[in-house]
Amino acid sequence: MTIVAQVSVQRWQHYYTPTTVAEAIEILTRYDGEARVVGGGTDLLVETRRGLHKPVSAMVDVTHIEGLGEISIEDDYIIIGCGVTHSQIVRNEHILKRGSCLAESCGVIGGPQVRNVGTLAGNVAHALPAGDGTIGLLALGGEIEVTDIDGARWLPLQESFRGPGKSFIDRYRQVLTRLRFRPTGAGEGSAHHRVMRPQGLCLPIISMGVRVALDAENLISDARISMGPVGPVPYLAEPAMQVLVGGPATASQFAKATEVALQDVELRASKYRATREYREQMVRTFLPDILKRAANRARRGLS
Amino acid sequence: MRKLRMTLNGRPVELDVDESRYLSEVLRGELGLHGTKIGCNEAECGICTVLVNGTPVSSCVYPAFKAHGAVVETIESLSANGELHPLQQAFLDQGAVQCGICTPGMIMTAKALIDDKGASLTEDDIKTALKDTYCRCTGYASIVRAILQAARGEVRVDSDSTTATSPVGRPLPNPNARAKIDGSARFTDDYTFAGMLYARTKRAGVPHARILSIDTAAARGLPGVHAVLTHEDVPGHNRHGLVIDDWPVLCDDKVRYAGDAVAIVAADSEEIAAAAVELVEVDYEELPVVDDALAAAESGAPLVHEDRNDGNLLKHIQVDKGDIDAGFAAADAIVDRTYRTQSAEHLFLEPECSIGVPAGYDPVEFGGEVDAAAVRGEYARHDKTTIYVGSQIPYQDRNQAAAALGVEPDSVRVVATLTGGGFGGKEDITGQIHVALLAEKTGRPVKMLYSRQESLLVHPKRHPTVIRVRIGARSNGALTAVQATLYGDAGAYASLSEKVLTRATTHAAGPYESPNVKVDCFAMYTNNAPSGAFRGFGVTQSCFAVESTMDILAGQLDIDPVELRHANALDVGRTTSTGQELRESAGLRECIDKVDSDMRGTGFRWHWEEGNSRFAWGTAVAYKNTGLGGGAPDKASAEVEVWRGDETRVEVRISSAEMGQNLPGVLAAGAAQELDVAVGNVRVLLGDTDYCPDGGPTTASRQSFVSGNAVRLAAKEAAADEADHVLVRYDYEAPRTLPLGEGGDMHFAFSFAAQAALVEVDMKTGEVHVRKIIAAHDIGRALNPLTLRGQVEGGIVMALGYTLTENYIQELGKPWTRLMARYKMPSITHAPEIVSHVVEHAVSTGPFGAKGAGELPSIPTSAAIANAIHRATGVRVHSLPVDQDELLRACTSGADRVELGWGDLEPIPHVSLGGET
Repeated sequence: MTIVAQVSVQRWQHYYTPTTVAEAIEILTRYDGEARVVGGGTDLLVETRRGLHKPVSAMVDVTHIEGLGEISIEDDYIIIGCGVTHSQIVRNEHILKRGSCLAESCGVIGGPQVRNVGTLAGNVAHALPAGDGTIGLLALGGEIEVTDIDGARWLPLQESFRGPGKSFIDRYRQVLTRLRFRPTGAGEGSAHHRVMRPQGLCLPIISMGVRVALDAENLISDARISMGPVGPVPYLAEPAMQVLVGGPATASQFAKATEVALQDVELRASKYRATREYREQMVRTFLPDILKRAANRARRGLS
Repeated sequence: MRKLRMTLNGRPVELDVDESRYLSEVLRGELGLHGTKIGCNEAECGICTVLVNGTPVSSCVYPAFKAHGAVVETIESLSANGELHPLQQAFLDQGAVQCGICTPGMIMTAKALIDDKGASLTEDDIKTALKDTYCRCTGYASIVRAILQAARGEVRVDSDSTTATSPVGRPLPNPNARAKIDGSARFTDDYTFAGMLYARTKRAGVPHARILSIDTAAARGLPGVHAVLTHEDVPGHNRHGLVIDDWPVLCDDKVRYAGDAVAIVAADSEEIAAAAVELVEVDYEELPVVDDALAAAESGAPLVHEDRNDGNLLKHIQVDKGDIDAGFAAADAIVDRTYRTQSAEHLFLEPECSIGVPAGYDPVEFGGEVDAAAVRGEYARHDKTTIYVGSQIPYQDRNQAAAALGVEPDSVRVVATLTGGGFGGKEDITGQIHVALLAEKTGRPVKMLYSRQESLLVHPKRHPTVIRVRIGARSNGALTAVQATLYGDAGAYASLSEKVLTRATTHAAGPYESPNVKVDCFAMYTNNAPSGAFRGFGVTQSCFAVESTMDILAGQLDIDPVELRHANALDVGRTTSTGQELRESAGLRECIDKVDSDMRGTGFRWHWEEGNSRFAWGTAVAYKNTGLGGGAPDKASAEVEVWRGDETRVEVRISSAEMGQNLPGVLAAGAAQELDVAVGNVRVLLGDTDYCPDGGPTTASRQSFVSGNAVRLAAKEAAADEADHVLVRYDYEAPRTLPLGEGGDMHFAFSFAAQAALVEVDMKTGEVHVRKIIAAHDIGRALNPLTLRGQVEGGIVMALGYTLTENYIQELGKPWTRLMARYKMPSITHAPEIVSHVVEHAVSTGPFGAKGAGELPSIPTSAAIANAIHRATGVRVHSLPVDQDELLRACTSGADRVELGWGDLEPIPHVSLGGET
């Protein structure tokens, strides 16, 4: 391998800022694979500068589309447009109250300048194994709306992952137009935690989100646990979720679920991120912590 | 091209812009608003921050057309009406501006915060908002104070920088700070010349290889390329180097590290130059790689420089005092430990930039005008090859460029521009010679700006070391013997290794008097990036080792570690390891007492627990020479010109570098004091080799002393002459020193420090947070307390990064740290509370009693933190930087030490005392 001394200067020729979805799709169709969707660009453009993506003729910036720069509530869903930044999510009172897991996870992404520009849609479309916003939305049972020349359709978030950095979404032809989740209601709560190692790489060692519902007897009636990076794609800890459902919201149950989750995944050592043992230790320490936090929120009738 | 419309700094603008441009490029290029700076182009450092619709964004990865229709604010908007914004005034008042390269981004980020929160904002709000806006100079404390001052609408008194007539000892702002806070200050990349070309360098990419052939035909054939040069095109000496000239200007026979320069290109644009570099074909025969100092010392190791007699040994440095065996025989307790320190990167936030202008250049020929401001007003002309660069040693740049060009030094002029941080990392040649060659070849001005990624690859780092220390003491704590063996990785070229590691060697027994001392240091060539000067200059490494060992010794002897240090501390009448008796100005014990009594205030405990956290204090002491020492003549020449009239005006001229440490303020104050004029009437011109005499290198904490003396003595002479117009040149030579090994005065002054660190270890994660540092520094005399505080706070936070997060990682000679995202310098969230005590044991030969302060604060911090970690957890840190993963593992497994730092894959190797035989 030869070290590349200078970052690539490859650029696009056109930068479009369509104001309607139809216009965005029209441009993508016209370029036929030579144009690429960009949101905030805080990951994509840095990677493009490094020459990590195939050069394209045009960038189609979907953050100027009317109506998609907002967070709204419709039909029992909180809906987040593809132009919505992490900062907007962190400040949104509905999400703070009824999707705290997402507010917490978006709040730890990058620094303020990145959060002010980067979008949740971009985070999801980037499909990194531990995108914090993605982990948060996954715990909430999020769905995404994909729009292309054939129209728009919703699909569960976890069905969009194909591999590290690989998504179901064809970023040359499709736009991730909206994201949504059912807000937590009475007896429900959610929480997120991430561990970083401030030395070296600016990537999480482990990012985890949970959503739990308690019934009148303080038993867990529903639970979702998301984690990353524990494999090529963000992980939904289904065996651990099954352990929790029907049981009491107690420390021993949380510890048991944590062990089940650890058995179901193969945590790996990564030379400059963390050892396997450290990752395991962090899951053991913090997964029960956030389950407890989410349960407490559920009891308080908050989210 | 498309029409970009935005409201910029309150005015509508509309211009045709290439759609591929980023906002930073449009602001700096098309619009000429060079107040917005570029540090990394990775959205990491935050210094390019501007406001879009009131929100801070990193303009370096913000496509220009994203801002279409938006309201954009840059630093230039803040004082548009000529009056300073309260934030700008506060940054001035609090000394929150040092090199100034981050200042515009910092102020814009803070402005958005104040606009949002107003007077109610808290320190926590500041830490949240500024988390990703980095500063390498200040340590953030003054920035926090400035933002709070501005938010609360406070006015600070005693900041009048212009009328003070007895300015020495007063906290006056840096005279350059005014331009740095309004965006008008010009760093090298902010200069442009008509007809200017852009240059790039073909890097080796492989750490060790023989060059079989270099083919530049395709690169030369690319339209827009004006010149492609290789070693065959270097008319003069194809080597440079500050001590040994072993570093090729352009590689000929071999490449010795991945960042080596093989060819250089000048073209109409950066893009074309970059494309041309890719077209240069180099055929290599790859050679085995040697990538650490101990391996380099083994027989049969690949040779980095085959023409040397001693294999890879650059230098064996020795200190020998008394009888080491007798010393250990007399000891009641002996501690023997081995440590490892990592390679570290300066990460000055301004990447290297040089501009070469050919002799006889006439801008009019290229459709330009004579840009008076760009070339220092009345001195504007380019009658010789001229290099614009923000480096630390203008005269050395000139001499080395002249040698490569094959001309006399006088045929080259270096104009020192502002330096956006140096810390030792801008002493060696980077692009200076290359732009001079290209300018003369093409007949045009040529700019070479390194990308952050290239800067990481190329310039010298802090020496990685393995250090074994053995200390013997009597049961009462009196030291009987100190022995140390050091291996220092010098990298591919000599740079300043010999000097740096000499300092590591002579300071390896700590600031103590020990009757018997033996130190061996082996400076080894490897195929890693060269190691060179870095604030602390080798003492940082040996201090970590010796001060960790002293703490262990205190434990073994059951003596309070502060007491042990106090008892053995150097003092007037005591003798250093190199046989220098201190006759004055040795305030270490007062430093220790100040820190100790502050630390042991109300409710003092050495350690305690709170929830999942363990807290503990750790202490360490250090000393650092002022000046070159070791027998090197240490000179500075200065000119002081005085025009007397209704208002007396003074100009001070000297070639030294201002990197934010406020050299112009210190020199102006000295001149104003001697001449009894207002400091605002003194103008300081720094670093133009045609107009300013040589102040010597800006290194070794020497400028305040050596150049300070030159200026002060010139001013004193001028004051004695009552003529209306006086010009005095003073050639100052610091007190003579002797080479290592001859005993006597190896240095003409030492500064001393004591620090105590309060750390919190999170027992859930192993994370270490430094909560507070109490420091005391004996720097002779605080010439400017505001500046001194900035040096102390900045030095401590820099050292905190070195201790906890920073590691420049290379694998088999190939850097893994190729991106800023892979090198974590401390952000504002890491910055601890810092209490700084000043101790003033004046040195009679110093200007107003002053000695050096630039490096000292960053030296004892690592050991103080490591000693605190040990007290909190029982785990001894043997390897830097402290890795939370390893620390937690040691805590849970009951291990008593960590030997793997972040990025380390192998345990610390065995080192024989005295070295391998």
